[in-house]
Amino acid sequence: MEVPILRQGQYLIASIQSALTDADLSHLREALIAQVGRSRCRGVIVDVTALDVMDSFAVRTLRDIAHMARLRGAETVIVGIQPDVAFAMVQLGLTLKGVATVLDLEEGLAFLNRRTEERFLETKHRRPSDRG
Amino acid sequence: MDTKKSMSVSTRASDATALSESSAGLLRELVAHLRQNRTQLREEWARRITRAELLTAMTEEEIFAEATAVYDNYVEALETGTFEALQAYSRRLSERIIPRGVETDEVVGIVLLLRDVLARSLFTKYQDNVEKLNRILDSYEPAANRIANTVAVGFVEERERIIRQQQEAIRELSTPVLQVRERLLILPIIGVIDPQRARQLTEQLLRAIRANRAKVVVIDVTGVAAMDSGVANHLVQTVEASRLLGATVIVTGLSPEIAQTLVTIGVDLSEMATVGDLQGGIEEAERLLADRVAIPGPQAGREPGTELNR
Amino acid sequence: MGEELRLPIAADVDVVEARQQGRALAAVAGFSSGEQTVIAAAISEIARNILMYAKKGEITLSLVQNGDRQGVSIIATDQGPGIPDIDRAMQYGYSTSHGVGAGLPGAKRLMDEFDVDSVVGQGTTITMKKWRRAI
Repeated sequence: MEVPILRQGQYLIASIQSALTDADLSHLREALIAQVGRSRCRGVIVDVTALDVMDSFAVRTLRDIAHMARLRGAETVIVGIQPDVAFAMVQLGLTLKGVATVLDLEEGLAFLNRRTEERFLETKHRRPSDRG
Repeated sequence: MDTKKSMSVSTRASDATALSESSAGLLRELVAHLRQNRTQLREEWARRITRAELLTAMTEEEIFAEATAVYDNYVEALETGTFEALQAYSRRLSERIIPRGVETDEVVGIVLLLRDVLARSLFTKYQDNVEKLNRILDSYEPAANRIANTVAVGFVEERERIIRQQQEAIRELSTPVLQVRERLLILPIIGVIDPQRARQLTEQLLRAIRANRAKVVVIDVTGVAAMDSGVANHLVQTVEASRLLGATVIVTGLSPEIAQTLVTIGVDLSEMATVGDLQGGIEEAERLLADRVAIPGPQAGREPGTELNR
Repeated sequence: MGEELRLPIAADVDVVEARQQGRALAAVAGFSSGEQTVIAAAISEIARNILMYAKKGEITLSLVQNGDRQGVSIIATDQGPGIPDIDRAMQYGYSTSHGVGAGLPGAKRLMDEFDVDSVVGQGTTITMKKWRRAI
């Protein structure tokens, strides 16, 4: 099952619609990485609201996505982890350490905007001689 | 000599067969007798219940209605030798009468009274044939005892189930998640936490985070006397799960003992945001909310300005 | 009671099917939605293990009863290579695949009962049960 990937400004938004097989998750990862590489993408949102279970493969895949995206200069945020799913995850011992997680799409966009701004300020302060 | 011996053996053998055959027949006879005399035996029983001052919480009509059902189930159990139907009936009956305030001793009492009433009627019927009476009692007694046991146990189990349900309801009421201002939740935990309650707390908190779109949660454990490593682990899981929903957790009121427990199970306290008391925790939470930039993109590494431990 | 659902595990769609059926069965047994998710997660891990190491196998789901407690039983069997060192495999954190691997130890944490029976060269049977708190 193909996961639709939308573009919103400099961000990519992948909305998972239902339970995904491992193969679907892998395809999603490849598709996102390809798109991030192709365009000047600053952020990736993966919306997992409809995901019934976050097991070790899903967590691994999301971490891979975040890692690959970061290598290409984009920040990733996972949105919409359900309360039950989050609870099961921590009981399984799975963590998404190193990957940003927020409540929903709105928060996800706000987060990416903040991060983009922060990184812009960081580079600005780091190389003042390049301004102008 | 030999012939006599073998004859007496075969007589005993045929007696035994005759006995087992007739014990099935006796049971049928017994059941038929109980069915035929249903009306008067039931009335006798109801009279005895009132005389013994049992089931005072119920009216006479109610007692009679329940007595009818119990009687019929009783006889059926005797007849079929199976007790599942009786067990199921006993639990349904218990479900009805427990809220009326009926106690265990009353339930056991009335079943034993029924056993006595039926036994007496057998004595009366077979008073002229002691041998037959004994054989009938051989069939009747073990079954009657099993019935009394089944009913009593069904009642007790139902009581225990209801008590557990009530405890659950109380637990649910006593763990409020409070919203004090927009996007800030407080979860004060008081008293003893068992694993079940711990799980319930976490589920309630996570749902509240989602419903209120909370960004900061203050979990106050001032009121928690002691925490074993299981529950401490649970607290850590709650903090982690909350982060997955985008909420930062501040733990307040950690006693030195609980802090020690956390360290023992491998928690890095410098990773967990803690503040001494609830008030301080709320203030810190409000600072975090006001200063949006300082709220760590959850999980995206520790950012400067979020060392809250004091 | 006594009815069981046998699900073949031969492709990754089967992993999804198994965990969804597991969730449905848990619902029938009266588990809360949180517990249903936990059961589905455990099934997902075990089913994936079958695919990864044995290529195919079977998962059997059934309702179980213990006194007045209801529960679910999940039995995962395969004729795969077997687990050479079960103790090591059960140590939390050990994983033969790179990165995050919850696998067996993860599933064990989620379940009330967990048994691994494995013979190298013959296959593996994992039996796990979760019980509803008696109410």
